[in-house]
Amino acid sequence: MRRGVIPNIVIVLYLLALMLPIYWLINLSLRTNTDIMSGLALWPHHPTLAKYRAIFDDPTWVHGFGVSLTYVAINTVISVTVALPAAYAFNRYRFIGDKHLFFWLLTNLMAPASVFAMPFFNLYYAVGLFDTVWAVALAHCLFNVPLAVWILEGFVGGVPREIDETAAIDGYSFPRFFVTLFLPLIANGIGVTAFFCFMFSWVEELLATTLTSSNALPFAAVMTRSYSASGMDWSLLAAAGVLTMIPGAIVIWFVRNHIAKGFALGRV
Amino acid sequence: MMDKPWNNRAWFFVAPVLVFVLFSSLVPVMTVVNYSIQDSMGVNNFFWNGDAWFRALLDPSTEIGARFQDALIRTFLFSCSALAIEVPLGIAMALCLPRRGWAVGIALVVTALPMLIPWNVVGTMWQIFSRADIGLYGAALTGLGLHYNVTQESISAWTTIVVIDVWHWTPLVILLSYAGLRAIPDAFYQAARIDGASRWAVFRNIELPKLQKVLVIAVLLRFMQTFMIYTEPAVVTGGGPGSATTFLSIDLVKIAIGQVDLGSAAAMSLVYYLIILTVCWVFYTIMTQLDARGDR
Repeated sequence: MRRGVIPNIVIVLYLLALMLPIYWLINLSLRTNTDIMSGLALWPHHPTLAKYRAIFDDPTWVHGFGVSLTYVAINTVISVTVALPAAYAFNRYRFIGDKHLFFWLLTNLMAPASVFAMPFFNLYYAVGLFDTVWAVALAHCLFNVPLAVWILEGFVGGVPREIDETAAIDGYSFPRFFVTLFLPLIANGIGVTAFFCFMFSWVEELLATTLTSSNALPFAAVMTRSYSASGMDWSLLAAAGVLTMIPGAIVIWFVRNHIAKGFALGRV
Repeated sequence: MMDKPWNNRAWFFVAPVLVFVLFSSLVPVMTVVNYSIQDSMGVNNFFWNGDAWFRALLDPSTEIGARFQDALIRTFLFSCSALAIEVPLGIAMALCLPRRGWAVGIALVVTALPMLIPWNVVGTMWQIFSRADIGLYGAALTGLGLHYNVTQESISAWTTIVVIDVWHWTPLVILLSYAGLRAIPDAFYQAARIDGASRWAVFRNIELPKLQKVLVIAVLLRFMQTFMIYTEPAVVTGGGPGSATTFLSIDLVKIAIGQVDLGSAAAMSLVYYLIILTVCWVFYTIMTQLDARGDR
């Protein structure tokens, strides 16, 4: 289809509107509180990085950032690893209860965190994982493992079954075939899946806050705490908010060419 | 689809997934079921309470029943208004996104960015953004002479939550639709051009039918997420003013943690979960039927 000028103008305006709240947050993070309260300014007249420096100098914030990245990484690795064989099985074989099992997995994607928050607290407290990164990483498996199975199943389906059969005839054992031949074929799919696991674990806040208290306090929870601590330090909150966007922005830049493909399977 | 071989050993492949998901879902669900049929007299002292919590909850003449009904209606209204804006807007913006060239990568990254911001940060961001004294959005609306105040006016609070959700999640609909549009072969468009079809005809007869499947998924996901919305209203309005933005999950947390009324909260969780399951099942059936039709 030939495109006119109008779609381009519309999309640019839309993307600008999308960026406006983010820009505003950056704007506030570069100003002092007295400056913020003294009136609106469309851009920082006296930009200062003081709040960012304050965050990097405070071990609680730095530790929180590390904790968040750690449980997100653990969760992504677990989710993708256990989902790979399951996705293969769902796509290639029929077995007793396969359809019901698949639907049951999907329902976990829809489980409201607010319903699970309290029982999760009891459960992880009982098994002694409360206030560790493992608690959050395992809790996020509730929705990330089914999600990973769902996305990967689509990518496995994109690989012709003849490849499996040829490999078997050529004398490959199943594990060797799976690791050395099959996994490289769906490398893109693994990347896209890892991206979505990262995303949903990174943005989730309710469970992460419920399952931690001091040792493994995630960045988001440190932020919630700094709320009441010293009145309203808007500029500090804004700076912390800006920092939480950076990992996501980096990760999405790497998968930008594959993201449409991941969505194309309609799996997310 | 039908020529997949039967192989029950495939269960071994699925077992690890089962272990992880069961650990995180079965125990909590059973805890909730447990609470919902018992009453508590202090710490760890429970006795059988039958279906009393459920009867109270589903009877609008009781206090908790009326509260539940109100929250349910509020949540449904919210889901419907968010969907009514996000789906058409998402399709329109997907049609406007560039299909090739250097701008594609940048446009996709910028579109997806709001989805990668932690939910409580989204709340904080909009809490600041909608304040009349330090936020651009609040200041602009006040400047236009509107009575805009998120913490005082129910209409302001309600519309702000909808605006936040539209800002935050329309990108999901855009990316899904965009992926669907890209899957349409160029030949379809060439044929339409030869027939001299109008832009509207192309959309109505080529693009919309091809988008059907991704749109079902988009509506399903958006319905679920809006129906479960918690963090944004919790941060921005705290469920207020009054109970104007007390959606189901907010009410649930208020009852369970604020009032430590575990029985009511658990019964409410189960009913809430059953509603979600039912809707999910309906959509799943539609989706598999569309899949089956596509295979033929």
